[in-house]
Amino acid sequence: MRARPRRDEVAFALLLVALALLSLWQTLVIPVSPIYARVGPTAFPWIASVGLLVFSLVLLVQALRGGLPGLERPRAPDWRSLGWVGAGLAANAVLITTLGFVFAAVALFACTARGFGSTRPLRDALIGAVVGLAAFLGFARLLGVNIGAGVLEGLL
Amino acid sequence: METLALLSGGFATALTPQNLLFAFAGCFLGTAVGVLPGIGPALAVALLLPITFKVPAASAFILFAGVYYGAMYGGSTTSILLNTPGESATIITALEGFQMAKRGRAGPALATAAIGSFVAGTIATGALTFFAPVVVELALKLGPAEYFSLMVIAFVAVSAVLGSSAVRGLAMLFLGLLLGIVGVDLQTGQPRFTFGLIELLDGIEVTIVAVGLFAVAETLHLASRHRYGEDELLPLSGSLWLTREDFARSWKAWLRGTFIGFPLGAIPAGGAELPTFFSYYVERRLSPRPEEFGRGAIEGVAGPEAANNASAAGVLMPMLTLGLPTSVTAAIMLSAFQSYGIQPGPLLFQNQSDLVWSMIASLYIGNVMLLVLNLPLIGLWVRVLRIPRPQLYGGILVFATIGAYGVANSVIDLAVMYAVGVFGMLMKRYDFPVAPVVIGMILGPLAEQSFRQAMTISQGDATAFLTRPISAVFLAIAAALILAPPLIRAVQAARRRA
Repeated sequence: MRARPRRDEVAFALLLVALALLSLWQTLVIPVSPIYARVGPTAFPWIASVGLLVFSLVLLVQALRGGLPGLERPRAPDWRSLGWVGAGLAANAVLITTLGFVFAAVALFACTARGFGSTRPLRDALIGAVVGLAAFLGFARLLGVNIGAGVLEGLL
Repeated sequence: METLALLSGGFATALTPQNLLFAFAGCFLGTAVGVLPGIGPALAVALLLPITFKVPAASAFILFAGVYYGAMYGGSTTSILLNTPGESATIITALEGFQMAKRGRAGPALATAAIGSFVAGTIATGALTFFAPVVVELALKLGPAEYFSLMVIAFVAVSAVLGSSAVRGLAMLFLGLLLGIVGVDLQTGQPRFTFGLIELLDGIEVTIVAVGLFAVAETLHLASRHRYGEDELLPLSGSLWLTREDFARSWKAWLRGTFIGFPLGAIPAGGAELPTFFSYYVERRLSPRPEEFGRGAIEGVAGPEAANNASAAGVLMPMLTLGLPTSVTAAIMLSAFQSYGIQPGPLLFQNQSDLVWSMIASLYIGNVMLLVLNLPLIGLWVRVLRIPRPQLYGGILVFATIGAYGVANSVIDLAVMYAVGVFGMLMKRYDFPVAPVVIGMILGPLAEQSFRQAMTISQGDATAFLTRPISAVFLAIAAALILAPPLIRAVQAARRRA
């Protein structure tokens, strides 16, 4: 009754193995001074890296031998919806350094809302502007978080 | 009696107008994030971490404590009216609570949840008040080796005991430990895991990882399943008063839930889920009407709701007395201590006595505020639940952006948050638990510190962890936590075959 391994599960397990190897490499390049040779800065990274390697290899074996145990077959992702949210996140990163936080928030808000099925982009953009402004004022004034100076933020 | 004097000193600090305002803001925000599905107290506290640069430590922790307790109250509203648990700790509430709501008894379900939360929260806070100083006395006798072994128990408990698979949990724990290593080693000054990047010398910001995992990952996960539809919101039905019969059936469940929740929360076995499951099981066993369970038995709401609030107070016990967080929110609060330069651990009660006691006092105050917020004002939260999903998730991502970008105005931070978010989405898809990552990342550096201190004392002899008796007992408990479940399963399987 061994099922065929599912490619996406194997890929995720491989990603974890790769992360473990990456951290093993980084552990090896930590310079060790002879004074600390015994319980120096590398002891803990070794434990953590080897630990991740062992368990990610177990996961890889599980994935190859018919799938991760106790996992329902995940349904195909909704790429349309994910695409809209992804586009919003990308626009956010681009706009935040150029036009400033509030414009970035408008783009992010409108795209995300669209991804979750909203069909009124203009209204969403308006709500996004209000949410962005309120969040900006709240965090900048009350919490003292500096969220950069954009076109609009400079005026406030 | 000394405890009472310290507690009244705490009340004096907590009752100043400014701190009452912080407590109220915390309770309000906490209930809101508890009500809103998909976000929780961990995200809220992570987003509020910058406040540590602005206000005194006591006010910040009063705020955080309010958020923490508030989410436990708010989560039940969502479970009852939407059947989507607002919090992982209210999954069980959804079982009976949603059934009650479907039968037009949403009011009594909400009432027993809120009053039960209040009763349990208050009793458990009392237990915290009187047991914490005792635990501190004991904790002061522990050396670094014992501390390290105690942290091993906490690590094992959050990764191997909870969740569906010990392998997946432990893999995530080690990943979290690795994230905690990034940055300059505090003892030798050597950069570790920085890939030569200056931005990584200070380590990875907790806020960025927490917001990535709790806001971005959640939103991406829900987007990836968007086409599979939404849940329906049930109307608020039935009187908010408990009938005599409801009350008679509830009060014993509240007390039992409290006595299950507090100890289970206090031992470093992590989280509020376990006690709610246990309480539900006990109520079903003890009920004279077990056939009602699954069809809206009020005890099935009263018990678990009391248990999750009591365990919330319980979790604060190891957090405040040992510096040992066993839930994600507690871990993020611990990083707030560090942001104030306060060393968490048993010395906290001596060095920061005023801070600790005003926080504990604010828990009593918060419970009263929350009872008012969640019963007479329940209509407000029902309206919050009506926020349409598209706009809700848009807003969550905007706040997430502030959390990450506000740290240093760096697009790299934003990119790290996105990367963590995508990884977190995959974790959800393949059912990997999130808590071990966050707890490993925050507790890892402290564990390493104890580990190296112990190794220095023993002059590099690793057997010290096993030859010191208390440490050996702790490690044996940790080993039992890992080995017992598969062994029990194997024995059961063998019996079935025989």
